Amino acid sequence: MNSTLARDTATVTPEIAAEHGLSPAEYERVLQILGRAPNLTELGIFSVMWSEHCSYKSSKVWLKKLPTTAPWVICGPGENAGVIDIGDGLACIFKMESHNHPSFIEPYQGAATGVGGILRDVFTMGARPVANLNALRFGAPDHPRTRHLVAGVVAGIGGYGNCVGVPTVGGNTAFDPSYNGNILVNAMTVGVADADRIFYSAASGVGNPVVYVGSKTGRDGIHGATMASAEFDEQAEAKRPTVQVGDPFTEKLLIEACLELMAEDVIVAIQDMGAAGLTSSSFEMASKGGMGVEVDLDKVPVRERAMTAYEIMLSESQERMLMILKPGRENVARRIFEKWELDFAVIGKLTDTGRMVLKHHGETVADLPIAPLADSAPQYERPYLPTPKPAALDPASVKSAGAPLDSLKTLMAAPDLASKRWIWEQYDHMVMGDTVVRPGGDASIVRIHGTERGLAMTADCTPRYCVADPSEGGKQAVAEAWRNLTAVGARPLAITDNMNFGNPEKPEIMGQFAGCIEGMRDACLALDFPVVSGNVSLYNETSGKAILPTPMIGAVGTVEDLDNFATADFRRDGESIVLLGETKGHLGRSVYLRDLLGRDEGAPPPVDLAAERRNGDFVRGLIESGDIVTCHDVADGGLLVAIAEMALAGGIGAEIAAPDALPCPLHAWLFGEDQGRYLVTVRNPETVLQQAREAGVPAFVLGRTGGDALTLAGAGTISLGELRQAHEGWLPRYMAAPDALTQV
Amino acid sequence: MKAAVIVFPGSNCDRDVAVALEQSMGRAPAMIWHGESELPKLDLIVIPGGFSYGDYLRCGAMAAHSPIMREVKARAAKGTLVLGICNGFQVLTEAQLLPGALMRNASLKFVCKDVQLKVENAKSSFTRGYKAGQVVQIPVAHGDGNYFADGETLRRLKGEGRVAFRYVDANGKATDDANPNGSIDNIAGILNEKGNVLGMMPHPERLSDPLLGGTDGRTMFEALAKVVLA
Repeated sequence: MNSTLARDTATVTPEIAAEHGLSPAEYERVLQILGRAPNLTELGIFSVMWSEHCSYKSSKVWLKKLPTTAPWVICGPGENAGVIDIGDGLACIFKMESHNHPSFIEPYQGAATGVGGILRDVFTMGARPVANLNALRFGAPDHPRTRHLVAGVVAGIGGYGNCVGVPTVGGNTAFDPSYNGNILVNAMTVGVADADRIFYSAASGVGNPVVYVGSKTGRDGIHGATMASAEFDEQAEAKRPTVQVGDPFTEKLLIEACLELMAEDVIVAIQDMGAAGLTSSSFEMASKGGMGVEVDLDKVPVRERAMTAYEIMLSESQERMLMILKPGRENVARRIFEKWELDFAVIGKLTDTGRMVLKHHGETVADLPIAPLADSAPQYERPYLPTPKPAALDPASVKSAGAPLDSLKTLMAAPDLASKRWIWEQYDHMVMGDTVVRPGGDASIVRIHGTERGLAMTADCTPRYCVADPSEGGKQAVAEAWRNLTAVGARPLAITDNMNFGNPEKPEIMGQFAGCIEGMRDACLALDFPVVSGNVSLYNETSGKAILPTPMIGAVGTVEDLDNFATADFRRDGESIVLLGETKGHLGRSVYLRDLLGRDEGAPPPVDLAAERRNGDFVRGLIESGDIVTCHDVADGGLLVAIAEMALAGGIGAEIAAPDALPCPLHAWLFGEDQGRYLVTVRNPETVLQQAREAGVPAFVLGRTGGDALTLAGAGTISLGELRQAHEGWLPRYMAAPDALTQV
Repeated sequence: MKAAVIVFPGSNCDRDVAVALEQSMGRAPAMIWHGESELPKLDLIVIPGGFSYGDYLRCGAMAAHSPIMREVKARAAKGTLVLGICNGFQVLTEAQLLPGALMRNASLKFVCKDVQLKVENAKSSFTRGYKAGQVVQIPVAHGDGNYFADGETLRRLKGEGRVAFRYVDANGKATDDANPNGSIDNIAGILNEKGNVLGMMPHPERLSDPLLGGTDGRTMFEALAKVVLA
């Protein structure tokens, strides 16, 4: 036995187990399952399969509460991505996934490989990726690392997405000090496949070949999944070697080669090698199919000599896939992968033993029972402490921050509301030639290639609501995503959730998690908006300080006829601006309260799900019938911010007036963040007002479009030029000031 | 009119330009894999955008040495029309079918947005659908579009009317603000001496459909469709 083998097969101690993140109780279970101590390779496999990242051990009991079915759902959570029926024999496959920890340590590669990983989750199921989105959360703008992280993450997302040739069409970016030591990078991919050609990961067929394709295996990313399952501390930098390095060129070849192969009748099962690489892919495929698997590690294409079994199994080298092929069809696959100059190797076969057996240099280096290891993956019902319900803030008790148009100008340049053009202009958002609605609006629309129908997509979440009241915040996140899709005229179909939270071993964090799930569940049920895929990222803490609870929601809907959709820009002078939905002036947890008055107080705005549905269905009807083409949902910053965004998008101003009888102070009416509201423009408002009355939707004519300024009756005028400078200027100015870290 | 699109590993606008060509020409172009060494009878060869070979060396440098490029050069010499868009333009300069080089954007950042172009030469087979001096809207999407040529080359390009497009503002002025990448003299596209090879950083195929926001790019493909070579 040579020295490598000796190291791989040396018996481990409880201390080594602890270093691998296994608790004493979990290690005890390992000993029970094996009836002996594991060797190092086996321990490595246990540690990643039972890591939070791979096993969902803290979150599983809660995730089960989310609705996951609907007549249009083809495949819900549990596969590489969710699949929904979008008509015409087509399916949409999508998912969002986090790459938070790696992106903090090494922003370019962390974000880039986040994009690569989520792309693979989607094309591994047979879909051509048609769009990427991303949701980013950074620390305070004046934190010394923030600018570096923004620059690196954006360059990484662009560097990967632009090269693979999938348009990055949307997303959202916001800042909060809670992310200072733990940013969020949540990447989402949307793909389209033939509904009768979806590929799954359950292995079957004793003797069928296990095939490895893509890049070679190197020593990068070993233990990435374990890192993603632990808190950060000041030594985070030392974990840089666990970050993988992306190669978007190989990914592009892999997409084309896999789709070419999928057109042939040769694949039994396929899965990408993501977190925990070869370990999780081979293990999960065998486990799902109730099979055994035997792998000869000498056959695995490697980048370096003398890699140990442990390293090969735990490497997270990117751009690799594992497939089970039909017997005798290896040559069809080999020809395609050789054409694309990608590695191709038969590395093993399926067995009926129910065991995972790994051989290296002719010796057995691991021999593990699959079902017991999978079935006894720990599942915790962790203690949780519900977040106490905050008292609502009476708008009448909140003083004004100043003249409304001054407040507006400040808010339009506030980090969370300022234009993110600096970001999305670094992403190729037009490649593939189907981007009908580009980034910057409520939702983006991508034409389903070769048809006159569209897919609308968005990603959204308001963590400051979630921290105050997780249940209302979770509800709001789902409702907001639904509203974003509705505002462009799409029929919302399903969501993917990316649950970003702190340390689940703390009861108050589990309380946030539980609360958000409860609110999400209510909204999903009320809006017929099931969860079809998702990802959980826990331990988002640095030195004991947790991020804001951030249940990011990615959502997809269909636009049935691309002759009828809406965008947020004012398109014509002299149209009436109509506000749909009820305004009470809810200032609790608003951007106005936080950014202008320095107060993080009160309850978040409640979401009335019945009204949400009624208002949204009404608005969608108007858009689908072609009656309106301009629509914007009223969100962060409230009514006046929404109007300013519409004016800037269209380059057309407006004159507006508040109603005579206000239910609250004017500033609460203008900047409150009441939910379920939309702004639309129409030539003649009478018909819409009448229809709204009949539908039970509150409607009010605010004013008219026109000119090149925004005028608020009794409060003066601000030119679009001045507003634009404030809105468009902040981020480029911030990013261009490398030496003035704290003077922005 | 017969057209072909060359596909390199890493090309990613090959389908987009094929769609635009088919829309204007009524027939799909041939898609030619980079490893081929022969081309069918053709009137137009398009080298599409993307990241050929990952652009891991200089952009376009490896693609310029693909087997198919020998044949592309031979056809160009015989007068076949060759259009290089974005990465295709980079390939054409690396293959020395066009002079100059495309460097990293002055901003050091990738940029994707609509820009205004002034049509400087409306006589070529590619641009004759436009009027000289017309300002058109066509998107760019690149990280390395900063065109550079030495003084002598630049004098020749200008003197011989081989600057096809310049980046301009809405009023047709070639300002620094209108220049998305720092290109010398705001140059967005150039022609070879015979006028049968055009390289341009902007993507005409991306604004060839009203649903995508405009049709100024389509004008180029419509003009090409009308070209009938002897």
